[in-house]
Amino acid sequence: MTHHLAILQVVLPLIAAPICSLINHSKACWLFATTVAWLVFAMSLSLFLEVQTGGSIRYEIGGWQPPWGIEYHIDALAAFVLLLVSAMAAITLSAFQRSIAIEIPKHKQGLFYTAFLLCLTGLLGIVATADAFNIFVFLEISSLSAYALIALGRDRRALTASFEYLIMGTIGATFILIGIGLLYMQTGTLNIADLQARIPEISHLHSVHAAFAFFTIGIFLKLALFPLHHWLPGAYAYAPSAVSTFLAATATKVALYLLYRVFYTVFGFEFSFEVLQLHYILMPLSILAIVISSLNAIFQQDVKKMLAYSSLGQIGYMTLGISLLSDVGLIASILHLFNHAFIKGALFMTMACFLFRTPSMRLDDLNGAGRTMPWVGMAFVLGGLGLIGIPLTSGFISKWFLVSAVIEQGHWWLVAIIVFSSLLALIYVWRVVEHLFFREPSAALVANKQPIGALLPFTWIVLLSTLYFGINSDFPVQAAKAAAKVLQ
Amino acid sequence: MKNNPIIKQTSFLLIPVILLFGLYVQFHGDYGPGGGFQAGVLFASGLILYALIEGQAKAEQVFSMRLARILAASGLLLYAGVGVASMFLGANFLDYNVLAHDPLHGQHWGIFWVELGVGLTVTSVMLSIFYAFTHFK
Repeated sequence: MTHHLAILQVVLPLIAAPICSLINHSKACWLFATTVAWLVFAMSLSLFLEVQTGGSIRYEIGGWQPPWGIEYHIDALAAFVLLLVSAMAAITLSAFQRSIAIEIPKHKQGLFYTAFLLCLTGLLGIVATADAFNIFVFLEISSLSAYALIALGRDRRALTASFEYLIMGTIGATFILIGIGLLYMQTGTLNIADLQARIPEISHLHSVHAAFAFFTIGIFLKLALFPLHHWLPGAYAYAPSAVSTFLAATATKVALYLLYRVFYTVFGFEFSFEVLQLHYILMPLSILAIVISSLNAIFQQDVKKMLAYSSLGQIGYMTLGISLLSDVGLIASILHLFNHAFIKGALFMTMACFLFRTPSMRLDDLNGAGRTMPWVGMAFVLGGLGLIGIPLTSGFISKWFLVSAVIEQGHWWLVAIIVFSSLLALIYVWRVVEHLFFREPSAALVANKQPIGALLPFTWIVLLSTLYFGINSDFPVQAAKAAAKVLQ
Repeated sequence: MKNNPIIKQTSFLLIPVILLFGLYVQFHGDYGPGGGFQAGVLFASGLILYALIEGQAKAEQVFSMRLARILAASGLLLYAGVGVASMFLGANFLDYNVLAHDPLHGQHWGIFWVELGVGLTVTSVMLSIFYAFTHFK
């Protein structure tokens, strides 16, 4: 029975989404979607435990034998990412009911939950499937629903941000599709394990090289790796708070998962990094992402935009780990994927808390907000410390792994860059802290006693989990090690 | 276009044929070329032609936006429902073999319902997109 969970955790939100659109009542939809999200979380948790003890799970859809039929394959890496995505979905949905009720027009709230569930379906599907074309289909499901979700933002700029994401995301997805098409043309198969077996024989063909190039650009676009990142800050900044939180914690992480899958599993380490030497572009782009995005973050006036730029820098850390071509580097990358999702999720949640009482997310509007809302202010400070990578936070653990991987390779100059960018993070976090605590709050802010509701306790739960993983890092480190082993 | 008799009469001749052809492509899909997606697009194009000739209001009497939304959701549910049904009958998701007493019949039933689900959803989504544009001010 448990092997059905591999498909059920994708199918359950897929079935729930149209039911949600039929219910079309805000509160009922919320209750339904939240229940579904927690069920999905329970499923991915039991899948995770199953994979830890019993090895990877394979599932043949329709009973058709792979490589002819579509196969789902949950290994240690997939189970880890599934756990992360479903946990973030469940937390976001539970926490944001009031925030969604305020931020989104009443008649669109039922459809909001529908789109959210579809986005969840897509993200889980990308991770669970072992079929290249299926990956593209789920990529489109998650992206199309994400465009709709982002466009629901209160700010009218959400529309342009969503449109920009639509254009860039579609180009990315099309490139990935062309890559899949070229590989299908050469091998006649779409099954990932089968592709992996067949590519070495034909790796000298130009069309395979072209496929590799299309995959690289397509995934870099979806990943928002510098310099293909321009769609991301606007999309995160103007989307509704719930959407920023969920997408920041999961969407780019799933794109990173796709990067691991394509370059390590489909093409194989040897072809990607020894023959085509992907790290020669990956490393400089990662360093540029880390430095330039952190610098950009310092000059932002809108805190959500600042957090988005900081995300771009953090993505740089994850790809830097890959470009070091060592086991420790890969573990650091997977570990940071997990830790950063929680830290950035918590930070976007604090911003959503502030938005209950402040008119916007501009720094000047946040003046003194930390004094009138001390619990939220404290949460931001702790999350910010995690972002910088102070010891006892989970951000420190993944940076520690990254620095040891860098030192292992003898790149001392990279240590300097990582320390420098951590200082930049200190500056941009401090700017917000200064406005939150050391400026006088406006009279309107002091008078505003709008209750925050369930969002605050959930913010602290996410935050305390990052502290817990910073002090007792066994769980994420073991899971990341197991996941890295799958890719070797 | 109500006032142009040639367009109106020609379209009224064509619409039943388009709808019928849509149904043919839908239900003959497991023997010949076709299937739910193509059938859905054909069927919706017949209805959209009617909306172009007779106007938004009359078209919505035939196929309202609410109906489009309900059918779009139920098409997807039908598809997924077939998959879940085969799971309850003890096989993998979307394994049609177990849907009837012998596997060949089961495959027939399975593809019939699944394609019907696709057809419903595609027809309704095509119309929803059309209505979304015509309602846009």
